Amino acid sequence: MSEHDHDHSHAPITNGDEPPAAARVRALEELLVDKGVIDREDVRRRIDWLVSRSPADGARLVARAWVDSDFKERLLADARAAALDLGLDPGPSPVVVAFENTEAVHHMVVCTLCSCYPKALLGPPPDWYKSLAYRSRAVSDPRGVLAEFGVELADDVAVRVLDSTADIRYLVIPRRPSGSDALSESELASLVTRDSMIGVAQPAAPTLKQE
Amino acid sequence: MTYRVGQRVRVADRLHEGHHRTPGYVKGKTGSVERVHASFTNPETRAYGADGLPKQSLYLVGFAQRDLWPDYLGHGDDRIYVDVFEHWLEEAG
Repeated sequence: MSEHDHDHSHAPITNGDEPPAAARVRALEELLVDKGVIDREDVRRRIDWLVSRSPADGARLVARAWVDSDFKERLLADARAAALDLGLDPGPSPVVVAFENTEAVHHMVVCTLCSCYPKALLGPPPDWYKSLAYRSRAVSDPRGVLAEFGVELADDVAVRVLDSTADIRYLVIPRRPSGSDALSESELASLVTRDSMIGVAQPAAPTLKQE
Repeated sequence: MTYRVGQRVRVADRLHEGHHRTPGYVKGKTGSVERVHASFTNPETRAYGADGLPKQSLYLVGFAQRDLWPDYLGHGDDRIYVDVFEHWLEEAG
């Protein structure tokens, strides 16, 4: 490219380091487009939709559930309907099911077979969620994994690992942090992290307000 | 919907050539039905371009960690919940 005429402080930009999977996906996409199975616009729209999703939507659901017990019951019974109640887009499918962490039970989510994740409400999954290490160890040593994420559970708290192997996507409703009584719903939502809705972290602690 | 919540079920211990959604670590293991979700198209045929019909009932099955991993060190009540399609389940005593 003749336009490329700045000082070279960076390595050459090539496809040399592209992972084999990326080349394979591109080849597959080209074949599917050639055969008329998909069109490029559809792929672009889906990618745009995926990257427009964020954990802020899931956090709004959780914060409302913390302040409104009727809403929490609705979220536990039918997360899709609860999301629509808040004007959120739960996605066309699959089915989202919420589980609540309590002082007796802690839930965490994994997909051992691939990377199933409630993308409509949490956005794209983090890379570690798709790693072989997380996918294998979350089921065989969940307490070890939780400890590495900084979650220390009391001995009398039981762990429930949810393996999303089929058409259901799981969302964890984390426990409301202590000291958060005076916070507004939107302040509460800001405490609800992505990882806390996967079940590998507790929500952020509220910062004490000045004065 | 053949199975009900609380019923003991065993996951078939069979080889399956090709795509399927039953993880190996629960094959041959016994657990309890925690939830009856709904019916969904069968991924084993849908993966190869078929329509996935007839739909299969999908269950959330809970397994005690100690039944899956003999060396499991955690809490005695720790469990794994796995979604399993009906044609992989059989009644357990």
